[in-house]
Amino acid sequence: MTERYKERVKKLRGIAVSPGVIIGKARLVDRSRVKILYQYLVSEQQVWGEVERFKEALGAAKEQIAGIKNKMPEQLRKHAFILDTHLMILEDSMFCNATIQTILSEKINAEWALKKSVQNIDKLFAQIDDRYIKERIVDVEYVAERVLRCLAGKEQVSLSEINERVIIVAHELSPADTSSINIGKVMGFITDVGGRTSHAAIMAQSLKIPAVVGLETVTHHVQDGTLLIVDGYAGEVIIDPDDEEIILYQEKQIQREAYESGIIRLSHLAAETVDGHRIAVRANIELLEEVVAAKDHGAEGIGLYRTEYHYLRSASLPAEEDLFEDYREVAEIIAPAPVTIRTLDLGGDRVSSGHVPAKETNPALGLRAIRFCLKEVGLFKSQLRAILRASAFGKVQLMFPMISGVQELLDSRAILEEVMSELDREGRDYDRHVRVGVMVEVPSAVAVADILAKYVDFFSIGTNDLIQYALAIDRVNEHVAYMYQPFHPAILRMIKQVVEAGKKAGIDVALCGEMAGDPLCTCILLGLGIEEFSLNTVGIPIIKKIIRTLSLEECRKDLEKILELDTATRVRDVVKAKMKPLLTDLHHQGLITSYNNNVDRRAFQHA
Amino acid sequence: MFAMDLTRKLLVNNELGLHARAAAKIVSLAGNYKSALYIKKGDHVVDGSSILSILTLACPKGTEICARAVGEDCEALLEALTSLFNQKFGEAR
Repeated sequence: MTERYKERVKKLRGIAVSPGVIIGKARLVDRSRVKILYQYLVSEQQVWGEVERFKEALGAAKEQIAGIKNKMPEQLRKHAFILDTHLMILEDSMFCNATIQTILSEKINAEWALKKSVQNIDKLFAQIDDRYIKERIVDVEYVAERVLRCLAGKEQVSLSEINERVIIVAHELSPADTSSINIGKVMGFITDVGGRTSHAAIMAQSLKIPAVVGLETVTHHVQDGTLLIVDGYAGEVIIDPDDEEIILYQEKQIQREAYESGIIRLSHLAAETVDGHRIAVRANIELLEEVVAAKDHGAEGIGLYRTEYHYLRSASLPAEEDLFEDYREVAEIIAPAPVTIRTLDLGGDRVSSGHVPAKETNPALGLRAIRFCLKEVGLFKSQLRAILRASAFGKVQLMFPMISGVQELLDSRAILEEVMSELDREGRDYDRHVRVGVMVEVPSAVAVADILAKYVDFFSIGTNDLIQYALAIDRVNEHVAYMYQPFHPAILRMIKQVVEAGKKAGIDVALCGEMAGDPLCTCILLGLGIEEFSLNTVGIPIIKKIIRTLSLEECRKDLEKILELDTATRVRDVVKAKMKPLLTDLHHQGLITSYNNNVDRRAFQHA
Repeated sequence: MFAMDLTRKLLVNNELGLHARAAAKIVSLAGNYKSALYIKKGDHVVDGSSILSILTLACPKGTEICARAVGEDCEALLEALTSLFNQKFGEAR
């Protein structure tokens, strides 16, 4: 029995999101609940000692929250309200007096008494009809969790404190976690939840370290220091491997690296279809440090420079000068090829907890990206200034995220104009004709693409969010993650509509979502008329290789048939059949992750 | 002699009702006075210094509540509370 149980947990399967194989020690980033034990206190003295202990924990929790509040950047200070609420909860009679009363009357430990208070508050809140108030119980639980940690003498783990090379094991990683990471020390990420486009996945790809997500229970089976093998190709994690397994994996790793370097050697070749159409393949990056690797992997420019990192990594807002230096360097390294800098896409699921304003019921539909920037004009202008100033040093393009309609675009452009006049007055250099584009990722933008096209120089289709918004699914929610279907006929039609609107207006249409890096999607995207692919650096050589084997004419013909198919599954089947010979080759070499199988497996489970 | 125990009817007329932000303002206001504050809605009476208790009253816009202050500065407390209600808790709308 025990033998079989061991066997079962030794190897876990998840979703491979960033390739590579690593062997290393686990470091648990524990965000799950603290375990609470019941303890009966015998003596009067113990009881009073317990009350003191609880009061001390309250004080420590108060100090922590005040500390977080003080570290908040000036411009976000007004969102500190939620922290004030937390401080009030700490002082609330239902929270602290009630707990002290319980300790005294029932002679039990502080942890258990606090748990009872929270349950009691929970019961009261559950009876309230008002959904907003009902949800405040989350704040109560959050505060209780903090107090419990203080009682246990446990600090909230911060990834900036890690000082040996480890594999990060977590239930889930937030942008706040990953942006405070000591990059040199992290070998890879593995998490219980998350999908291919979760933040941990994107960050791991950026850092070129392996990551496996959606492992469901890995945090239960692993402790600090447990030896792990993480296979970022197959989406497997082996817990406590024996020597034989370690050797096997080391060999596997060497084999893959050899094949990969072979492919990378060919990566400088142009992505030209067999019938002579040249496709631009560019890189999505998050850090300045990635630009050189992107060039090495054959990127013909940076198609998407995500700019959130600077805003998430420190407690204060980045200075214009620092942003400028960073953008300038990217522009200079990649020149004469272009870099498309996307303005701040902060908010929603990607906001660090320290920066988070009041908890939004629905952050993905909330105050984020361009909406946030149009509200925080000072912050927005400082970034626009930095981008424009960098445009004097290379070929810089500017892109606004999450545009949902023409008005937002016009408002953004008006601010851009203001910033340009400011720079003119100051006599600073910048590219007066800097190309301006929008990220097409909200379904309403697709519907009005023909109008938007009149006001921009290019479109870049952000399929990750577009799929989420169009299909009404949360990509981080493992229960619906299987519905994240790039092949959904609705998505294909939307892309088609955007490409047609762009072509009609004579502007460029790029695609920068994960679809651009998915080998199964390449022929469809070519058929749809996408002429610029922007994807994560590691995937560039493979996508270029695939493009070189395809005929654009044939892709167009195939697409006509594909557009007549009814369901995502049928589209996938047709594409798989067509791509099989090529993909089998790549898969054998372990270069294509088995996420497709994972997705199929999940779909099957839910069917 | 000053009154030591005063009661006043107040109307919740801000858009959001007594949500977290408004409740927080009541709690911090009450903290500035020596008097104790109680808030009553229907038959429910809660401690005005407890944000969680105020939230459990669930008072949307249009709710009539009764505020009772007990203590030497009860009049000043109710005055300040009344103006907080009248200013709609500083909400934009």
